[in-house]
Amino acid sequence: MKLLTGNDLKSGAVVWWTGHDWSLHIEDAVNAGDRADEIAQREEAARRVNGPYAVDAEQREGKARPLHIKERIRALGPTVRPDLTLKPADPDHRDWVI
Amino acid sequence: MYQYDSYDQAMVDTRVEEFRDQTRRRLEGKLTEAQFTPMRLKNGLYLQLHAYMLRVAVPYGTLNSRQMHALADIADKYDRGYGHFTTRQNIQYNWIKLEEAPDLLADLAKVEMHAIQTSGNCIRNISSDHFAGAAADELVDPRPYAELLRQWSSFHPEFNALPRKFKIAVIASDTDRAAMRLHDIGIQIVKNDAGELGTAFYVGGGMGRTPMIAPCIRDFVPLDQLVSYSEACLRVYNRYGRRDNKYKARIKILVHELGAEEYTRQVEEEFAHLLDQGIEPPIAELERIRTCFADPAFGDGARSVDRSDPDFALWVDRNTVRHKHDAYVSAVISLKPVGGIPGDASAAQMHLMAELAKEYSFDELRVMHTQNIVLPHVKIADLHALWTRLDADGLGAPNLDTIEDIIACPGLDYCSLANARSIPVAQKISERFAANGKTEALGELKLKISGCINACGHHHAGHIGILGVDRKGIENYQLLLGGSEAEDCSLGKITGPGFSEDGIVDAVETAADVYLRERAKGERFLDTYRRIGIEPFKEALYG
Amino acid sequence: MAEIIRFRDDEPVDHPAVTVDSFLDQSNANAVRVEPGDDARELIPHIGQLQLVEVNFPAFGDGRGYSSARILREAGYDGELRAVGDVLVDHVAYMRRCGFDAFEPDAALNPDDLQTALDRWPEIYQSAADARQPIWSKRHGAA
Repeated sequence: MKLLTGNDLKSGAVVWWTGHDWSLHIEDAVNAGDRADEIAQREEAARRVNGPYAVDAEQREGKARPLHIKERIRALGPTVRPDLTLKPADPDHRDWVI
Repeated sequence: MYQYDSYDQAMVDTRVEEFRDQTRRRLEGKLTEAQFTPMRLKNGLYLQLHAYMLRVAVPYGTLNSRQMHALADIADKYDRGYGHFTTRQNIQYNWIKLEEAPDLLADLAKVEMHAIQTSGNCIRNISSDHFAGAAADELVDPRPYAELLRQWSSFHPEFNALPRKFKIAVIASDTDRAAMRLHDIGIQIVKNDAGELGTAFYVGGGMGRTPMIAPCIRDFVPLDQLVSYSEACLRVYNRYGRRDNKYKARIKILVHELGAEEYTRQVEEEFAHLLDQGIEPPIAELERIRTCFADPAFGDGARSVDRSDPDFALWVDRNTVRHKHDAYVSAVISLKPVGGIPGDASAAQMHLMAELAKEYSFDELRVMHTQNIVLPHVKIADLHALWTRLDADGLGAPNLDTIEDIIACPGLDYCSLANARSIPVAQKISERFAANGKTEALGELKLKISGCINACGHHHAGHIGILGVDRKGIENYQLLLGGSEAEDCSLGKITGPGFSEDGIVDAVETAADVYLRERAKGERFLDTYRRIGIEPFKEALYG
Repeated sequence: MAEIIRFRDDEPVDHPAVTVDSFLDQSNANAVRVEPGDDARELIPHIGQLQLVEVNFPAFGDGRGYSSARILREAGYDGELRAVGDVLVDHVAYMRRCGFDAFEPDAALNPDDLQTALDRWPEIYQSAADARQPIWSKRHGAA
């Protein structure tokens, strides 16, 4: 599957395409399939996202998981500062990333 | 240290307003990201892995306590309570919002700081010896020359769209603590036979994917021609540096392809022409800047410490460096606690370092390219009081220049260019050696880790270097041996196939053990490596 | 093509500029266009006959044209020096400092943004091809 990701223009935060909007949480991401380029162009032109691009992902335990570690680190935050990730209290998140 | 006059302040304030205007036009959609990117980069603002990252310039690594307090306040107000000191003596913040960046810059400008030209294809912040003005072995304080060049290079109209970034370092002693020959231009202040001060120019060094050691292209440029000669070096580069391939666009490639002799000939020709153009500031300007760097009022005092506390004695032995005044030392505050993130400091730690600088170091601090902080002028008599307060707040790690004093780039935890994480490797290595107790026996051993080929972690120049690569989506680490960024500059060699994250920690210990087994009396790791070569290490690693 | 913005009072040259190569071949032209890879110094023997030099910026990130401009001004060229191509409002102040006195940008510049950009910098740190007085000169008493 293909996820569409980018950064919020104002805050720089990593965001994921939910089918109708952008979310901070990869759990909300949907498969953009072959529409990824089209959506990316439209959303960037409207400045709802900055630098969007598609990433390859798989479904694992019902949740989308990017194939490349770089995108998994982007999705949650630095592995060396669990306190600054989106899931500071979840002891399993590191296993999901690495 | 340097103090802005109304002109300098006006320049920085103007850039804040210009950037505020550029940011507004970007947010309103009047600038595309492609147009805005070089503008924000030239003000140190990247779009990184998790957010915008802002790199703040610390010119030649020198700060006062007010500035360090301001950096701490910025970490709290605009970021997440910490900052990262970099291998070019700057500080960067990882979680900046574009819409707040202009206000942040305005806060910086209030303490005579900025983010001007900390990225982009222009002349970057000029680095220098972190012990400048304090070192026992320096000819003069190199910082006035760096400041002269800072002003010359700021908003230089001709060199605002160079083929690639351009880094300059200025030193003034034969011991090179600034990796001078691994810069686009390395400048050493020297004396000629007549006893006059001048500058030797080394051009075309660099790390990155094609590391090169800069050749000396002129051994003496008179001080009153420093700007003209720099301008000539840059003009030849701006006109003829390659623009067809980003990876061949640095000046090292130009110098290499032309040959140092031909490059030098072109520079000399341009220099002869520029001497008639009236672009050189008068020597009075250099003298004005020099007065800002006058020595503080050093006093007499004890020349030794009470060594009855072994922890304190160890810290003194490891983390203090001889000063030009006998009653003083330069004290290094390690930002490399065992298992910590190299170069990171919390806002609270920055505030503490600022307070200690005010109390014990004539209000001065330095950022080292090795990602530590220096209090340059500490009275030997004050060392115990200083250490006690550092140690209480986790800043007393006694590991300067040891295997635990690791340079590491932010790597894949923060950087969108990285292929592998650097920080976890640094953490595991420092934990390993703290636990096995070999740090002391290993002595001086400079270990440097980069998370990609761009080499921000200086892996080519480590006695032991580690380069993170991406092998089919898995992080993999290559080991290099024999690099040095000091006056005995050399580039490390790759030992062979790479290692996993845990494997590289074992490999470093294996290499360290070869040294411990093979060393002759008085040899550092690097000396032994140079004497016995890479084979015994390969044998132990792969044999 | 957007209109030409000029900072000089003489009549503009009304015919197209020729390439550096053809200018050097046929010596009667008075308008020439310098591309980033051209050596502006080849024009120096002929600057007396030139009334217009266009310096092309095919992409704003290619800064060779800044050096070409300064080299011509340093050689005494006083005809029109026009930046053409991918000229953005954020670069015109630098271009003015390198000696450009006319602009022909691919995309029209907003007049308010242009004025703001030109008025932006009250001071400058270094000497270049314009007549502005650097900060170091003001500091040391020259009027």
